[in-house]
Order: sequence, then structure tokens, then C-alpha cells
Amino acid sequence: MTAALWYALAGVGLFALGLYAMAVHRHLLRKILAFNVMGAGAFLVLAGLARRAPEGSADPVPHALVITGIVVTVAATALALVLMLRVREATGAAALPEDRPD
Amino acid sequence: MASAVSALGWGVALILLPLTGAVLAFVLRPLATRVGVGTALATTLATGGLALALVETGSGRYPIGGWEAPLGIALAADGLSLLMLAMTAAVGLAVSLYVPGYFRDKPRASADFWPLWLFLWAGLNGLYLSADLFNLYVTLELIGLAAVALAALAGSADALAGAMRYLLVSLVGSLFYLLGVALLYHAYGSLDIAILAEQVAASPPVWAALGLITAGLLLKTALFPLHFWLPPAHASAAAPVSALLSALVVKGSFYLLLRLWLTLFGAEAGGLGTLLGLLGAGAVLWGSLQALRQTRLKLLIAYSTVAQLGYLFLAFPLATGLAWGAAVYLALAHALAKAAMFLAAGNILMFGGHDRIADLDRVAQRLPLSVAAFALAGVSIMGLPPSGGFVGKWLLLQEAIAQGAWGWAAVLVLGGLLAAAYVFRVIGYAFTQAEVPQEPHAVPATLGWIAFLLALGAVLLGLVAPQPLALLGIGAPLGEIGTAP
Repeated sequence: MTAALWYALAGVGLFALGLYAMAVHRHLLRKILAFNVMGAGAFLVLAGLARRAPEGSADPVPHALVITGIVVTVAATALALVLMLRVREATGAAALPEDRPD
Repeated sequence: MASAVSALGWGVALILLPLTGAVLAFVLRPLATRVGVGTALATTLATGGLALALVETGSGRYPIGGWEAPLGIALAADGLSLLMLAMTAAVGLAVSLYVPGYFRDKPRASADFWPLWLFLWAGLNGLYLSADLFNLYVTLELIGLAAVALAALAGSADALAGAMRYLLVSLVGSLFYLLGVALLYHAYGSLDIAILAEQVAASPPVWAALGLITAGLLLKTALFPLHFWLPPAHASAAAPVSALLSALVVKGSFYLLLRLWLTLFGAEAGGLGTLLGLLGAGAVLWGSLQALRQTRLKLLIAYSTVAQLGYLFLAFPLATGLAWGAAVYLALAHALAKAAMFLAAGNILMFGGHDRIADLDRVAQRLPLSVAAFALAGVSIMGLPPSGGFVGKWLLLQEAIAQGAWGWAAVLVLGGLLAAAYVFRVIGYAFTQAEVPQEPHAVPATLGWIAFLLALGAVLLGLVAPQPLALLGIGAPLGEIGTAP
């Protein structure tokens, strides 16, 4: 087990946890947080696997990718939060129609 | 090589033009419509320029900033990307000319629409021209975010909830794709599709990447049973937005899946192609049956999109050049026909103030051009000759029969019959009188004409079939397989 593999496994674990939370939680804020956990998992896999050669220096390309990915995630999270607030304004609940207890 | 680079100069313009237009339309809000229509015309011309250059020089590759892969990020164009770009330009220009009339009493909605739509156009063009897996991820996200914001523009509770669900689905799909890309990068140390194509071999990381990328893109393409988010989002948006979402946005992720499948995964996929075909068949049957059950016109059209997307996936189990060509052809025909249907539905909605199918109230006599557009688009959706939909389905059917795959052939025929049932159901109500008389509103004639011309384009596409299929042969990946019937 190399360190890179540990990071990658932890990343996959986070990704799966986020996906599970996305499926089971009803509140939109929790879904948005779950998406961020999934994103962190994917980035951890990318950054962890950057250590390709055990003795060599880290590969910079995945780091650049992760930074770009974080920027995209921030923008997406901002849009999701605004939409969540608008949904709550329009319907009175920060949840999707199928998740509202009636 | 120098001429191939200059051909891709048009490609750079295809990304920069809408991007600049989007920023200008955002900053100069009062002038947004003029900026938007001007940008749409310029982008369409640039697409024409790229087409002419590519026909002359064959496929092209453009290293941005002079840095070639693996260090730099390259743009690339071939016949497949050219046809998708042309589809985007045709539908995009029509919708851009439709919007000023549709939003004429809503300057705010109009000013919000233009920057988002131009960003979306830049994202789509970027997707079709990118040759780098991570660049493709960024364009996927650009497309997703712009499309979600457009879907939310209508502002109703339904539209907002639909957009929210769409956003979550789109983000999860992108992350699946990104995780797959991370595995591919780890295994081969490159993100360039052409470089990867030479190296990819059957191994566990490639299988995992194949599964993750396919799952993410299927979610974004709304293939049955992952289609749950599409009908509410597409049906509750404003009509021109619905047209863009159904005609163009879902095609973006389909294109990416098709390209990766053809260049990277085809040989490694094994039985996955059959699974995609089965899901496609499920989409055709389930989407059509759901469309038949709808009481609202726009929901009917949205479920019809679910069904029509299913046909595109019938090419995966057949997996020959002819089948791929047929799928691309169906995607083109569907883009024109579905945009025409949604724009016609927008006119009907504007005219009567509702889209309840049972209360259409003799709309055929009072809005003849829009109903004609709906019917003509329906001809292509059903797959009757001589429409583009007919050619695509005929080629698929021919291929299915040649391979003795009678199951796929039966799905093709049954799907056409179901489509005929839901199209004629709408047209029937368009001729009959509703029980409650309604107060009609005037609809500008140009709106009817634009829908009609799009539908006419979908039908005429069937008469010029050899040309687009020949264009598909420019460069890899379809050039080598051969798509000529």
C-alpha cells in the first residue's frame, strides 16, 4: 500500500459518502454540502495520484486540475445556494417537491 | 499543416465570439438584444467559415498558444464536431431570432437571457472543439451552469424546483466524469484524447474510468431510467429555453460519450454497449408511453425528448460506422424538430395563455403556421419519409436487420407508432373546439415563421442525407470506419 493509494482510497470513500448523503438527505443545503463532499473526494483522488513515482517529485498537472475544479465547484455552489433560497421563497421549503412531507 | 491550423482559427473564433458577446450583453444590459442577435449572426458565419475550411483541408488540430500536447491543450475539429457545431448554429440562430419577439413585453427576462445563452453557446462550441479530457470537463460545467440558470429564468415555483434538481443532477454527473478522468490520467499520464487513444488498453483503471465516465454522461444525457430530472426542467422553462435545452444541451453530453466511446473505449466496452442499447429501448418505449399520458403540451414534448434520446443509444450495440452515422443524423434531425416543436408550443402558450392539450380550442385555424410547424416537426419525430428522422431510423433499421438483431428493429418500429399516436393526439385537439372559450392574445407572425422554418429544415434534412453523412467522414474517428450507406 503506497501513500498515493491511501489518498485515492480515502477520496473514493469521500465520494461514495457524498453520493449517499445526496441521495438520502431532503434538505437542499444538505444536498449541496453532499455535493461538496463528493467534489472533495474527486479532488483528493486527483491530488493523491499525482505522486506517480515513489521517489520523484509530484506531478504538477493534477494540482492545476484540482485548482480549476475548486473554482468550478465554488461557482456551482454559489449558484446552488441562490437557487435554494429562491426555491424556499417560492414554495416555503428548502426541499424538492418530491421530498416534501405532505 | 499550416492550412489545417488556419482552419481552426475559425474554431477559436467560435469560442471567443459568443464568450465576448456574453460579457458585452451582461455589461450593456439595455443593448443586450442587439448584442445578442449580432453575436448569433457572427457565430453562425464563423461556423460556416469553419465548415468551408474543413471541407478543404480535412480535419484540423490547433495547439493553443503554440504548445502542443502533452504540454499544451489542443483544439481539434473533424466531421463529427463540425456537424454538431452546425446543428448548434442552426438551432441557436433560429432561437436567437425568436427571442426578441417572444420576450418583447419582458425586457428584464430578455436582458437576463442573452448573457446566459451566449455563455451556453460558447460552452457547447468549446465542447465540440476540445481535444483534452479536462477541458471537456470545464466545458461540461459551463454548459450545465448556464443551462440551469436559463431553466430557472421562468421564475415560477415549478421552474425553480426543476432547475434545482437539474443542477444537482448535472453536478453529480460532472463529478463522476471527473473521477473517471482522474483514473485515466493516473494510468496514462495524459489528458489528450489522441494520445490516450494510442495507449489505452484493457486494464482495471480503464474499465473503472469507462464505467464512471459513462454513468456521469448518461445522467447528463437523461437516458432512461436516469431521465427523471428532464421533463420537469425542460417543460417549465420559457419556450425558447426549452428549445435550447432539449435540442442542444442534452446532445452535448451525448456527443462526448459518443466520441470517447469511438476513440477510447469502443474495444474495451464488451457487453456495456448492449446494456446501453437496452436502456435506449426502454427510453423509447417508456418515454413515448409517458408522452401519450401527458395533459400538458410542453410536458408531452419533453417526454418525447426522453424517447428520442433513446434512439441515439440503439447505435451502441450495433456499433458499425453506418449505425454511428445514423445516430448522429437522428441527433441532428431531432435538434431541428424538437426546437420547432417547443417554439410552436411557445406560440400556442402565448396565444391561449395555457398549454392544456384538451383545451387547445381550434388553434389550428387561428394559429395555422405554428400548428403546421408542430405537425411537420412531428413528421420527423415519427420518422416518416422524407424527413431527417426517417433517414436516421431507416439507416438504423437497415443495420439492425443486416445484423439479424430483430429486437432493435422492433423497438424502432414500435417507437415510431407511439410517436405518431402522441403527435396526432395534439393535432386532433388543435382542430376541435374547447368547452370553455378563451381570450386569445396576438402572436407576432415572425414567431410562427421561425418555428415553421426549423420544422421544414428537419423534413428537408432527409432529402440532403448524403452530404451530412459525407461530412461525417472528415477525419477520425468516423472517417476511418466509413459511414456511407
